[in-house]
Amino acid sequence: MKKTYKIDVDCANCANKMEQAAKETAGVKDATVNFMMLKMIVEFEEGQEPKKVMKEVLKNCKKVEDDCEIFL
Amino acid sequence: MTKKQKKVLIRIIVAAVLIIAFSFLPLEGYIRFICYMVPYLVIGYDVLRKAIKGILNRQVFDENFLMAVATVGAIALGDYKEGVSVMLFYQIGELFQSYAVGKSRRNISELMDIRPDYANVEKDGELEQVDPDEVEVGTVIVVQPGEKVPIDGVIIEGSSTLNTSALTGESLPREAKAGDEVISGCINMTGLLKIQTTREFGESTVSKILELVENSSSRKSRSENFISKFARYYTPAVCYGALALAILPPIVRMLALGLAPEWGDWIYRALTFLVISCPCALVISIPLSFFAGIGGASHEGVLVKGSNYLETMAQTKYVVFDKTGTMTQGVFEVSGVHHNTIPEEQLLEYAALAECSSSHPISKSLQKAYGKPIDRNRVTDIEEISGHGVKAKVDGVEVAVGNAKLMKKMDLSYSECHEVGTIVHVAVDGTYAGHILISDQLKPHAKQAIQDLKRAGITKTVMLTGDMKRVADQVAAELGIDEVHSELLPADKVAKVEELLAKKGEKEKLAFVGDGINDAPVLSRADIGIAMGALGSDAAIEAADVVLMDDDPQKIAKAIKISRKCLRIVYENIYFALGIKAICLILGALGIANMWMAIFADVGVMVIAVLNAIRALFVKNL
Repeated sequence: MKKTYKIDVDCANCANKMEQAAKETAGVKDATVNFMMLKMIVEFEEGQEPKKVMKEVLKNCKKVEDDCEIFL
Repeated sequence: MTKKQKKVLIRIIVAAVLIIAFSFLPLEGYIRFICYMVPYLVIGYDVLRKAIKGILNRQVFDENFLMAVATVGAIALGDYKEGVSVMLFYQIGELFQSYAVGKSRRNISELMDIRPDYANVEKDGELEQVDPDEVEVGTVIVVQPGEKVPIDGVIIEGSSTLNTSALTGESLPREAKAGDEVISGCINMTGLLKIQTTREFGESTVSKILELVENSSSRKSRSENFISKFARYYTPAVCYGALALAILPPIVRMLALGLAPEWGDWIYRALTFLVISCPCALVISIPLSFFAGIGGASHEGVLVKGSNYLETMAQTKYVVFDKTGTMTQGVFEVSGVHHNTIPEEQLLEYAALAECSSSHPISKSLQKAYGKPIDRNRVTDIEEISGHGVKAKVDGVEVAVGNAKLMKKMDLSYSECHEVGTIVHVAVDGTYAGHILISDQLKPHAKQAIQDLKRAGITKTVMLTGDMKRVADQVAAELGIDEVHSELLPADKVAKVEELLAKKGEKEKLAFVGDGINDAPVLSRADIGIAMGALGSDAAIEAADVVLMDDDPQKIAKAIKISRKCLRIVYENIYFALGIKAICLILGALGIANMWMAIFADVGVMVIAVLNAIRALFVKNL
């Protein structure tokens, strides 16, 4: 399953870091951050609850870039 | 400017004023230190905070950390003014970046914004504006002059001129009247239209296009992936380099050469390294270039589904076309009347009238060429001879219209045509009266399109068609196409494309251009599938990598030129940013470049790269 979330982040490198952090989160199959459209597209693994996974994704993103936001 | 940006701007101004003021005051010792700490904290407190958080989260090598170490180091060495100024310029750079990106994000989104805000639904004789999402299929919506058509549908009342430029980049207006299908995204220019919707908003053309364009920059190109990978290694590498630069040379000087270590000098050089180590300019300018390129292209009616396709398209060397619908109009029209013994108009009139009861495409094109309403009362004794043609009496005169077999059957001598197409012979009153040539018409710009491609450096143009060899060869010769393969079944086309793919070099890409009907397998097999005239055709939008919204073949060369311009800018930025940084790193290590030069290498390069990236948006005159 794929879902798209709006995000807010200031710099392009930070967006890349968020993408990396999201990719490494458990339950996420693949993630793409589109810095230009300020969007994060997350593909979840089978049987995962997106809401739960996204909380983890947000937590991991905050770790790599304090100044970011994902609008869940 | 957003609130966040305004706040930073105020901090920048305050800090700048303080630094300038302090540099005129005769400050000494501790007082001087405390004074300079005020602007330093004003401009840099968030960077310091983020740097500490980064260390706690084990994300050491981010730009905040680098800036914090570089500036604190400079202050510790007693270069207060430099330390504060580097932080100041760093913040100015960040502000510019965020402003420029925000602005181009808005500009490009506006350029692509064809989203209708509302739909007018008539309720109890009054118009009500509703969300297009809520309009059900079959609802009648009203579109007033100046408004966008929000949902695909059929006109049931009214006639008007539609401007499709937002969709096709083509400014030629299109006439529409009751019974015509209209697609969403067009702007109604003159008359009031009542439209019965045939799709939901989410399924309408405009939604499809928006979705495609908005997601396009999510498909990342190889250059983008290269840069994000590069950024991951570059920063730590430069940091370790800085550490080595701070420690090794002084030790070597001290132990091996017996000179004074000059710690301060080498640490200063190391700090310069740190300032240069931020990869911002690259990381921001590459996706921005692609985004601008895709935005500019979509404004010209060329939809590119991803940055990766833009990148591949720029390397196109082979262009393979479908014939019907791509180079030709795919409609049969009378293209000539030859060997006629009676006036052309009269011959056409006889032929059209005799064929009046037939619905065959050939008779349709005869009727169209005649151009006047058919009065069936003038035609009597219609006799269809299957596989041959028609005999009938028009105004009491016996007319026979059909192929060569019919003429043979009637024992009439006829003239063969030297041109290619379907030939309709006409005999009036028992004597041969001439023949009418019906053929598929070339698109008006087809020849120009091939020349444009040649001029754009395409090595080979190939045409594939299911049509007869004679027709195909003639079309190819007329257009100047290099290679032609005819009488192919759809599966043969895939095989031919595979053959061509195997023959070409690794770096040369092959593009296939088709109208999206029947050639979806070929579109997906080629390196780049380009569908044209795709307005309203879901299958084509689905199968292709690049979609040309109108059916002008000249857009093929344009699309390739747009992609090349975009890629040229991408490479310019990569080489420029890397080059300047490399030079500054070397000069910094040699002690020639100071921190001022380092901050230019960081902020200045970023500003120039961003401005250069925005150039990708301007593609109108390519």
